[in-house]
Amino acid sequence: MKRVRFWGTRGSLPVALTAATVHRKLMTALRAASGRVFASDAAIEAYIDGLGFPVSGTYGGHTSCVEIETGGPEYVLCDLGSGVRPFGQAAIARHGPGSPQTYHIFMSHVHWDHIMGLPFFTPAYIPGNRVRIYGSHSRLEAALRRQQNEPSFPVDFSVLRAEIEFVHLKPGKPHAVAGMTVTTKLQQHTGDSYGYRFESNGRTVVYSTDSEHKLADPLETDGFVKFFRNADLVIFDAMYSLADAISIKADWGHSSNVVGVELCQMAGVRQLCLFHHEPASDDEAIERVLADTRRLEEITRTGEPLLVSAAYDGMEIEL
Amino acid sequence: MEISSRQYVDVVVAAPVGRIDHYSAGQLEAALIPLLEHSGINKGVVLDFAGVEYISSVGLRVLMVAAKQMRTREAKIAVASLQPVVAEIFAISRFDRVLDVYPSVRNALEKLSAPALEAFNAA
Repeated sequence: MKRVRFWGTRGSLPVALTAATVHRKLMTALRAASGRVFASDAAIEAYIDGLGFPVSGTYGGHTSCVEIETGGPEYVLCDLGSGVRPFGQAAIARHGPGSPQTYHIFMSHVHWDHIMGLPFFTPAYIPGNRVRIYGSHSRLEAALRRQQNEPSFPVDFSVLRAEIEFVHLKPGKPHAVAGMTVTTKLQQHTGDSYGYRFESNGRTVVYSTDSEHKLADPLETDGFVKFFRNADLVIFDAMYSLADAISIKADWGHSSNVVGVELCQMAGVRQLCLFHHEPASDDEAIERVLADTRRLEEITRTGEPLLVSAAYDGMEIEL
Repeated sequence: MEISSRQYVDVVVAAPVGRIDHYSAGQLEAALIPLLEHSGINKGVVLDFAGVEYISSVGLRVLMVAAKQMRTREAKIAVASLQPVVAEIFAISRFDRVLDVYPSVRNALEKLSAPALEAFNAA
């Protein structure tokens, strides 16, 4: 495995920047630049880089879709949120519509924010492409077909012309796929969700989203520490604060940055990436959570430092 | 983890010492259970955290559950004298917005019970 690329990082539903938000970012940038003269594009780029990500960029708004670049010819994705649409566009731009590709897609679960992108995944409509959809849910295929049936969508699932295959993965059992060893783990979420551990060539990536940690059972905690053990990267649902996750949003099926840090520290993980951002959070709010999480790691560190990042649409992490 | 406690009229002040982590949070929970059920403690429990170096999510959950239980009796859990690291953990976890946190035990007793404060000052 070479790198991870994020195409969608939001939970629940897609969100978009508004004109007012863009205007506010521009005002902040221009106000800070007052009096400065930029002699070149390079000088402008350097200035933008110093503005801070909430001003110079955006965490984005597509729902969950994460690509793992294995180094091999076949594509590997986690989930089919709305972020799979720009992924598909990029794949077609790269290869052309006439060059068949294979896509391995691992599904955490079948709630709508994780499946909504399939009807807009253009490669699925092109004959010759091969789409293998993996998951541990018994109703995986039914859920994907249903969302493209009348009256929910005008284009029926049967119009997808790629060779589409559904593969059931037994939880806890290692499976060989696309040059990787893939293991799933049951997580707490309404209707169940599954985390994925991908191992290849000495590198390990864990995708653990839509997973609530009740904190009442030490055996449950130990199970996740084992699942995360020595991973190079853990992509972790940190949708709510700890206080919210165990009070007013208990049983909503999500977790927090605090639990992410603790589990990763106990498991000896190298990097924690906060994921599945609350749609109501703007860029400043996510940036504050990232700063808080880095500070938490710093003040609770007992061994090697844990790198902490917050996923944004378009982000790439080298492994 | 050591936990001492003392009753002042209708409030108990309990003082855990050490780390409240995934392994020791159960001890805090066990120590709180009889206090939460004690009929003579009808204003609440003040947790003196002056000796607590660290608290994990499991420990914070114990506090949340205890606070919820006290609310059913119209009583309170208050936390006082947080060490700087623990105060940051409370802020980062947003627990400072859901639990009553005070700079000192005296401040907490002042809010909870005048008789308890008087007894504390006299002790």
